Amino acid sequence: MHPVLKIILQRLALGLVTLFVVSIVIFTAVNMLPGDFAQAILGQGATPEAVDAIRRDLGLDQPPVTRYLQWLSGALQGDLGNSFAQANFASFVGADSGVRTTVAQQIAPRFENTMFLAGVTAAIAVPFAVTLGILAALYRNSVFDKAANIGTLTSISSPEFFVAYILILFLAVLNPMLPSLSNIYEGMPFSERLEKTLLPALTLTLVVTAHMMRMTRAAILNLMASPYIEMARLKGVKPIRVIVRHALPNALAPIINVVALNLAYLITGVVVVEVVFVYPGIGQLFVDSVKIRDIPVVQACCLIFAAAYILLNLTADILSIVSNPRLRHPK
Amino acid sequence: MTDYLVEMRGIHIEGRTDETWMPIIKGVDLTLKRGEVMGLIGESGAGKSTLGLAAMGFCRDGVRISGGSVKFDGIDLLAASAEKKRQLLGKRIAYVAQSAAASFNPAHQLIDQHTEAPVQHGVMSRTESEADAVRLYEKLRLPRPKEIGFRYPHQVSGGQLQRAMTAMAMSCRPDLIIFDEPTTALDVTTQIEVLAAIREIVDEFDTAAIYITHDLAVVAQMADRVKVLLKGDEVEENETREMLSNPQQDYTKSLWAVREFKRPAKPAPATDATPVVSVQGVTAAYGKVDVLHDVSFDIHQGRTVAVVGESGSGKSTTARVITGLLPPRLGQIELDGEALPLDYRKRSKDQLRQVQMIYQMADTALNPRKTIGEIIGRPVEFYGGLKGRAKRDRVAELLEEIELPAKQYLDRLPSELSGGQKQRIGIARALAAEPKFIICDEVTSALDQLVAEGILRLLARLQDNLKLSYMFITHDLATVRSIADEVVVMKDGEVVEQGPKPEMFQPPHHPYTDLLLSSVPEMDPDWLTNLLHERGVENIGDAAMQKMD
Repeated sequence: MHPVLKIILQRLALGLVTLFVVSIVIFTAVNMLPGDFAQAILGQGATPEAVDAIRRDLGLDQPPVTRYLQWLSGALQGDLGNSFAQANFASFVGADSGVRTTVAQQIAPRFENTMFLAGVTAAIAVPFAVTLGILAALYRNSVFDKAANIGTLTSISSPEFFVAYILILFLAVLNPMLPSLSNIYEGMPFSERLEKTLLPALTLTLVVTAHMMRMTRAAILNLMASPYIEMARLKGVKPIRVIVRHALPNALAPIINVVALNLAYLITGVVVVEVVFVYPGIGQLFVDSVKIRDIPVVQACCLIFAAAYILLNLTADILSIVSNPRLRHPK
Repeated sequence: MTDYLVEMRGIHIEGRTDETWMPIIKGVDLTLKRGEVMGLIGESGAGKSTLGLAAMGFCRDGVRISGGSVKFDGIDLLAASAEKKRQLLGKRIAYVAQSAAASFNPAHQLIDQHTEAPVQHGVMSRTESEADAVRLYEKLRLPRPKEIGFRYPHQVSGGQLQRAMTAMAMSCRPDLIIFDEPTTALDVTTQIEVLAAIREIVDEFDTAAIYITHDLAVVAQMADRVKVLLKGDEVEENETREMLSNPQQDYTKSLWAVREFKRPAKPAPATDATPVVSVQGVTAAYGKVDVLHDVSFDIHQGRTVAVVGESGSGKSTTARVITGLLPPRLGQIELDGEALPLDYRKRSKDQLRQVQMIYQMADTALNPRKTIGEIIGRPVEFYGGLKGRAKRDRVAELLEEIELPAKQYLDRLPSELSGGQKQRIGIARALAAEPKFIICDEVTSALDQLVAEGILRLLARLQDNLKLSYMFITHDLATVRSIADEVVVMKDGEVVEQGPKPEMFQPPHHPYTDLLLSSVPEMDPDWLTNLLHERGVENIGDAAMQKMD
């Protein structure tokens, strides 16, 4: 077997084990939240009987281990359970309509939106940050380098909602170029959807650029003292070519890792930006579900977030391995 | 127009340490005619590489040319713009670095790197340059010249890479090539192939060259003229033959004298004496591959056994087996006639104490964040159980032993010492355990000859005073001549020949020993020519072919 394939399979197996461990952590953590759905939905004046009835109906009276195993076996079969909040409580009055919204149905469109936003952001931010990093390395210690550093550090240090409002002020209010509301819906034409997503995507770009740009710059500069870079310079290779052709391919591994971490952040950590732009992503759904203790949704969101992190890091690992010619071309 | 291709006048170069600029080159002149080869020799820190790079108008970071002029074919390189210099580099002036393995970009195939300069400078098209590369590879006797270019650097051996780099330097047919210690990192047998290849191609294209090395015997083969540098000053310059037969300056004479350090032969050990260390039938493997096959030899008290061979012959692996870092698959190690546990984790503190090691790279073998006092104090405390004042006294005593005044050095960091001093600290650290037996793994190969000789003398004196036994791993036969009592020759994980030194250096030899011995460059400028003649020039290429298959 080719060594790269072997490593990839090993990492995949490791990723699955990690996901399993994470599922235990998620379940335990969610169960440690004070209060439960029945209390949250019925409020202060609930009678103990009503609370018990709902608990029994939702299976909350079962011991945690049983519930975990049920959840896990469901999740393994692709069934993430039913959302408590969307459940039809008509059953309590003896008229169960049988219609229940599954977690998957509830999460799917939101997740799709989140992926769309993350995708648009990545398409802008990754090339932008890497180019900026390369240029900063090329013109290191120049005014451009310093300006790029200060600019990206400022944008990462400012709170996200602040960056968002500044962008709204300049791009939607003073110069009405882009819509400030991103209320996208299913079936919207792609171009319109893209236009509405642009402002949150730009906000997120400003948030994630700093890491990637600085890592690109540092990873390249780290190699500038190596003998093969000196060799390239002594061959009379143009400075930009020295960086792009000789330094960058060897600096890819750390850059890829930082890019992956930032992409994972785009999927899991953008709730503030979603709220500012009223963007119907998974972040908002997650926060709402935590508020009302809608455990199946919370767990499913956590699991998706964890899977996104693991998958992206796995991809980064694999890409860094593949970027190493020693592994791609064994002796 | 001038007659000179390169004309450097009154060159002053400075390097920055912390905030101050310290002189590296202090007013050196260097002139070179077309087609001429100049040898530049001196110990490390003499400024050879810096001067060589300055001939290209190039300075490393933290170095600046502070005075003088550099003219290349009438062009003032110091006044020329960066763009103008860039157009000369690679095209008319090329560079061959010390470590080809580090100087080839690991991410690209050799051919991509070879064709880069001709294509970028507009000298040839990519296809032309590729075809030319194959011709150059052929000329340099690289095996499978049509295919080798499509390999990545890590897929090619060191000696072949060095030749590929010479081919790359030739790619634009430059007027001048700077060779910066191109064979220092190679085994003697490989070195010959590279030297012969370089000499031939430089002759053929009538390229001028500056050949930088610290090995006098190498420079004798390669250069028309030799310039000797010492601490940034020129000592003298002369025709190679004249310089070798009649050095004028004391420093040059001392360089010549280095090779004359020889220990008097010791009487053979009593036949019934128990050896201090006995390696018996050791077979060891990395993973599933056996790298040592049935290796046996003894080391007696107060004696030095030199283990020689090319890289990959199993010398260092044998050391790892003796120290217990790599438990062997078969065989055993005896210390004073008693079998040692094979794994170092199972050895008692006293057994561990008896076997110490000194490493090749003193730079990486010393913790950069600990002071000298702490580095030597640690084994003093660990093995000797000394603390406080007693420990400090013992460390001071050890420092005196290695000829470094304790007061000055106790609180310094390794980075504040020279290479030779660092190696002495390595020795003191091994001595701190009060061992019977020390493994010296290429301890002088990173050092210049004068410094190396000091280390060898120190080791010899310590051996006499403390009745130490050494296992001396080296690929340098000059070192073997000067210090060894017995010699073990290894090849591909096997002992091919062993015996007392005088016998080993007298014919008849095992054919491999013969190859090793005859490959050590000699001061005679005709040595390489004669040797190639003797072996038949074609054989070198054939030998390389055989190695590939």
